[in-house]
Amino acid sequence: MSAQNVLFDAPGPKARRNIMVGNILGVLLIAALLWVAISGLADKGQFDAAKWTPFLEWRTWEYFMLPGLLSTLKAAAVAVVTSIVFGLLFGIGRLSAFKPISWVCGLVVEFFRAVPVLLMMVFFYQFLSKSTSVNPEQVPFYAVVIALTLYNGSVIAELVRSGVFGLPKGQREAGLAIGLTPGQSLRSIEMPQALVAMLPALLSQFVVILKDSALGTFIGYTELLDYARRLAAGEGNILPALLVTAAIFIALNWLLTFAAQRLSRRLGARAGKVLKIEDTIEPEGIEAPVPAAAPAKGAAK
Amino acid sequence: MEGFTALFEQYDVLGAFWVNIQLAFWAALWSLILGTVLALMRISPIPSLQWFGAAYVNIFRNTPLTIIMVFGSLALWSQLNVSLSSDFTTNFFRLAVLSLTVYHAAFFCEAIRSGVNTVPLGQAEAARAIGLGFLEAARLVIMPQAFRGAIAPMGNVLIALVKNTTVAATAGVALETSSMMKTMIEFNPNLMTQIFLTFAIGYVIIVIPIGLLTTWASKKLAVAR
Repeated sequence: MSAQNVLFDAPGPKARRNIMVGNILGVLLIAALLWVAISGLADKGQFDAAKWTPFLEWRTWEYFMLPGLLSTLKAAAVAVVTSIVFGLLFGIGRLSAFKPISWVCGLVVEFFRAVPVLLMMVFFYQFLSKSTSVNPEQVPFYAVVIALTLYNGSVIAELVRSGVFGLPKGQREAGLAIGLTPGQSLRSIEMPQALVAMLPALLSQFVVILKDSALGTFIGYTELLDYARRLAAGEGNILPALLVTAAIFIALNWLLTFAAQRLSRRLGARAGKVLKIEDTIEPEGIEAPVPAAAPAKGAAK
Repeated sequence: MEGFTALFEQYDVLGAFWVNIQLAFWAALWSLILGTVLALMRISPIPSLQWFGAAYVNIFRNTPLTIIMVFGSLALWSQLNVSLSSDFTTNFFRLAVLSLTVYHAAFFCEAIRSGVNTVPLGQAEAARAIGLGFLEAARLVIMPQAFRGAIAPMGNVLIALVKNTTVAATAGVALETSSMMKTMIEFNPNLMTQIFLTFAIGYVIIVIPIGLLTTWASKKLAVAR
């Protein structure tokens, strides 16, 4: 909470009283909001035991939630690996001293960052099912992974690039001075440091991959959201099912974000100009996540 | 190639893009407002509001937009009978705007907060020293500078929002780009690459200028320090 001390210093007795009054009003307001929401849901019968008891039964978890979670994690894990490979290839390609390579890589990266992931998923789903001999059951999985890879790989390529740009210039000069070629200096001096600096940002990109895997439900990939909808179709409890699913996603992503913040704090001293998490954590940061203009105070909330 | 041009007579591709642009416009407007309020809550001295703002951001930033969209159409509309218009199409359009707003407000909030972080501490101290309270300091000193510092991250959120309007397909908005592309490819599989490239380039044409414009504006409007 770095913004705290930006706006006010230690409050005096009068300000403390005002803050306390405001606090009580705030609590009342939030309680009223929650009450309206909860009583509204109760009126519609959303808190009937029948809608929630399925989640107390092992059967529900065994046949719906856990298989769903498993295939969500499977798609996300594969996409994480392939996007890192894609990102490294195109990130390094974009840094290449040979202009045509860096232009082509730049074009690819800019293109895939601008196209909505869902459009890519739909296209690859249709493409794989009509033009290739991929096992039809596997088509949605491949479509999800390819679309996630192209988009997130492009974002990671930009991370690699800005990680290298964020290094002090002397690193490269020193490499050249001891007789390395620019390529060698990139590989053995700059990249290792850039990778350490981008680790937290990379971790928060995994949040994006995990969240976007839920788009697979649109092309029939049986992931967590898809299983939740099937469960709801049988039990007639769409609202509880979606809330439980959302809670699972929130818990997973919160853990990843937490890990990213811890990591960025630990690396803070070591990695020189660390990429600011806030700039990259937005899913979708299409703009190159620029190294922070202002020093990231206490590592991005 | 002839079959390809004939497609445009059969399908209103520009109209589909127009639906997405409208979705983006309304969602951007509402989520900017909601995001600003949330950001004010998070930087306010009142603990309960800070807590609420933080909880909102953490919950909605970590939920997949797809779930929020499905929630909007399946839970709000069919279960809770929330209807935002008597017209079927308009109703789904507004539910999609609502879902996009709820999700992106969290990101606008964080973008604005990162803008607040660019305002030097001395400014707030000076505001306090001349006797301004929290709301006055925020309105007159902090926020105007914070918004200028937040243009680049807000541009990123806006771009993400434009692309995310395609997810409205999962909430029953049938006339937008991703559902139209799906239909077009299904009926014209021999032209699928051309169809995909048409839609993809459409997004490139929309998204790249927003990026360039916000980068330019963030430099032009940056407060010289």
